[in-house]
Amino acid sequence: MRSGLSGKRYPSCKKITSRERQDMNVTRLMIVAVGGQGNLLAAKVLGEAALLADIPFRMSEIHGMAQRGGVVESAMIFGDAKSSLISDGEADMLAGFEPLETLRALGKCNKKTVVITNSMPLPPFAAAVGQSAYPGPDKLRKLILEKAGSLSSFDATTLAMEAGNVMAVNMVILGALAATGLLPVSAEHIRDTIRNKTRRNFVEVNLKAFELGFTQQH
Amino acid sequence: MHKLLTDEPGKKMLLLGNEAIARGAVEAGVAVAAAYPGTPSSEISLNFFQMAQESDLYFEYSVNEKVSLEVAAAAANTGVRSMCIMKHVGLNVAADALMTLAYVGVRGGLVILVADDPSMFSSQNEQDSRYYAKLSGLAMLEPSTIDEAKEMTIRAFELSEQLEEPVLLRTTTRINHSTAVVTLAEITPPKTEGDFSRNPMRYVTVPAVSRQLHVRLLANLAKAEEMASQSPFNFFEGNGRWGIICNGVSYTYVSDAVRDLGLQEKVTILRLGFSHPLPKEMVHTFLGNCDRVLVVEEGEPVLEETVKAVAQEGGKMLPVGGKGEGLFSRLGEFNPALVRAKIASWFAIDDPLKSVTDSSAQADLPPRPPTLCAGCSHRATFHAVKKAAEEMDVIYPTDIGCYTLGMLPPLGMADFLICMGSSTGTAAGFSKTLDKKVVTFCGDSTFFHSAMAGLVNAVFNKHNFTLIILDNGTTAMTGHQPHPGVDMEKHGLSGFGRIDIEKVVKALGVGHLSVIHPFKLKKSIKALQEAFVFEGVSVVIAREICTLYGKSLKLPKMKPFFVSDKCKNHKDCIDQLGCPAFFVKEGRVNIDPDRCTGCALCAQVCPENAIRPVKK
Repeated sequence: MRSGLSGKRYPSCKKITSRERQDMNVTRLMIVAVGGQGNLLAAKVLGEAALLADIPFRMSEIHGMAQRGGVVESAMIFGDAKSSLISDGEADMLAGFEPLETLRALGKCNKKTVVITNSMPLPPFAAAVGQSAYPGPDKLRKLILEKAGSLSSFDATTLAMEAGNVMAVNMVILGALAATGLLPVSAEHIRDTIRNKTRRNFVEVNLKAFELGFTQQH
Repeated sequence: MHKLLTDEPGKKMLLLGNEAIARGAVEAGVAVAAAYPGTPSSEISLNFFQMAQESDLYFEYSVNEKVSLEVAAAAANTGVRSMCIMKHVGLNVAADALMTLAYVGVRGGLVILVADDPSMFSSQNEQDSRYYAKLSGLAMLEPSTIDEAKEMTIRAFELSEQLEEPVLLRTTTRINHSTAVVTLAEITPPKTEGDFSRNPMRYVTVPAVSRQLHVRLLANLAKAEEMASQSPFNFFEGNGRWGIICNGVSYTYVSDAVRDLGLQEKVTILRLGFSHPLPKEMVHTFLGNCDRVLVVEEGEPVLEETVKAVAQEGGKMLPVGGKGEGLFSRLGEFNPALVRAKIASWFAIDDPLKSVTDSSAQADLPPRPPTLCAGCSHRATFHAVKKAAEEMDVIYPTDIGCYTLGMLPPLGMADFLICMGSSTGTAAGFSKTLDKKVVTFCGDSTFFHSAMAGLVNAVFNKHNFTLIILDNGTTAMTGHQPHPGVDMEKHGLSGFGRIDIEKVVKALGVGHLSVIHPFKLKKSIKALQEAFVFEGVSVVIAREICTLYGKSLKLPKMKPFFVSDKCKNHKDCIDQLGCPAFFVKEGRVNIDPDRCTGCALCAQVCPENAIRPVKK
């Protein structure tokens, strides 16, 4: 550090060595969903699990009028980056609770991105009433694989219902994410978090949904 | 107990930026807080509202931002710590109070939180509030991260007391709506009782007093600059000769970019967290050690222009880049890859991580715009208005709230909107220059916020329009905050008055007033037609509780409806109403019973009477 910029006058002056900066292992996960699918809870569970595991974690939400049927995105960054946003092409993993929304978020993917998606559509209004076309499963698969590294697509909605509540799609997808082994937090940390941080009367359903997703992916 | 009142210093907690700010205020011992809700700042006031019910904190939802600042300003001038929370456009409303409050100053710390919204995720513009710091001559702090947001909130109160001036704490959506781990510190018990010594020559801003106070403000501004140059919120990082100056979230993108581009040895970052007044000497020193400088700031070139002025004053000829062609835009929010690319370009190096994104796959996907909820009473009102005005040439100025979504097809009920409360004022203007019927909309909360003033104006100046007040019993858009028309006793909260919109409108001397229940379609159409033919100012109050709010209050549910065999597939229900409970399966219209709220609007629209309540 040069004298002109020495820490004496500016006591906060930080010196960060290049070594510190290179020792970084950053994982970027994007979760996309339709408002009401419990995206923010899933993200919160991952955040709490990261806190439990003492892994640096930042998340940012985009939920413009989620309760009015819009799209909800959560960007999660594990590890030693400072940003809380994921740029286009820079997600390591993309999880979608709804296939069309997974497709819409493909811009975040690169040829290494691991994509996990619920295959059960929740068509937007225009598609639900036949005013526009909802892409079929084959087109979906093709489009995703053109952009991303791998795709795991399965009916998380039915698994959630099997677990006891259709609202547990978020936990099913969390289970599948945990089973990839790519998350910096372990499945055990996530289970602990579900046990301690989700609403008491949903814990059992949530855990069951998590296991169903985990097994599906495994 | 509210989680933000947790008294465990050292405990780590995962907090939303807005929660971290509220917690910071609590740790600082805030005693009085006031706000009009506005996203992206809404969760701060929501948390204060909740905490006030179980602590010594006084919080109020004020009728608008100007009033909220006046409340906080007076409290702070009795020596108690106060806070005022608003979104960027809210500061426009409060600006009149702000500008002269800066002259008067404060005794207890006053922090004004202003949340900007680059990219306009939930706003009508992306104005840069940093200009308000310049305009008013007040100090401004800008956090880069969530834990810093908490820390800065606490320091903002201290700074305010040191300067005896309000302090502007400026965030952007990316701070408000990001989550990270925050370490709790001790909570300072609030000092809730103030005192005030009469001193009109200090507090009553007549010209003779204000002339003195302006001198005082400028002296404080100079003092603030000295403090900015000593502040730990302004720091250098690295020791290279390529300089990067940044503020707010941009600092996080710059940090990541410098690391990803391997520029640690080449770059020095100047992070300005105490950004106004600019610590000129510090910037001068910084420029002296750089060959080339890039200013990375979202929004307007506020830092860039000041840095260039500092360079000129100091006779430095180095290139300083910021906004401009090939560099940063004034539009929208930044992201890590964008900042990395611009840094690489300005310093003429390669970006090895450059990702080529191709959005072709996304282009032709069916969109998923936000819509009025299934069972939203605004849909019924809009439909009734459309029917009532069928033969008329109408313009529909509107206002800010969920009902702005009425602009989308098939309702198409919005022609003009500039700001909160503009419904009544713009309706007056249109009625003077257009040979059309003017029908305007505003919500109940918006009515109290500022649309009411336009109505008073309309009665006085004898304008000619119909105002439809969409009274759904809450401030719905921002998450169901109360407003002066809400019966707080119903929510188990005592100590509140209640202002009846109907009585207010009557008292203003409006020539024609009716109240409709919009789910009663025929009656509503008739009442609207009567209002529309009235010459002068007519008001129709469309009263029906917000369906989402009703759900959260656990009001009894109505039976859902279904489409019977009598359906002949006219699809009037879908084409005219666009209710998201409808779907088409194998060419037939269906209603999703989980989404249908039983409002029965579609049943009244169906020409075959084919839509029936489900029998249980």
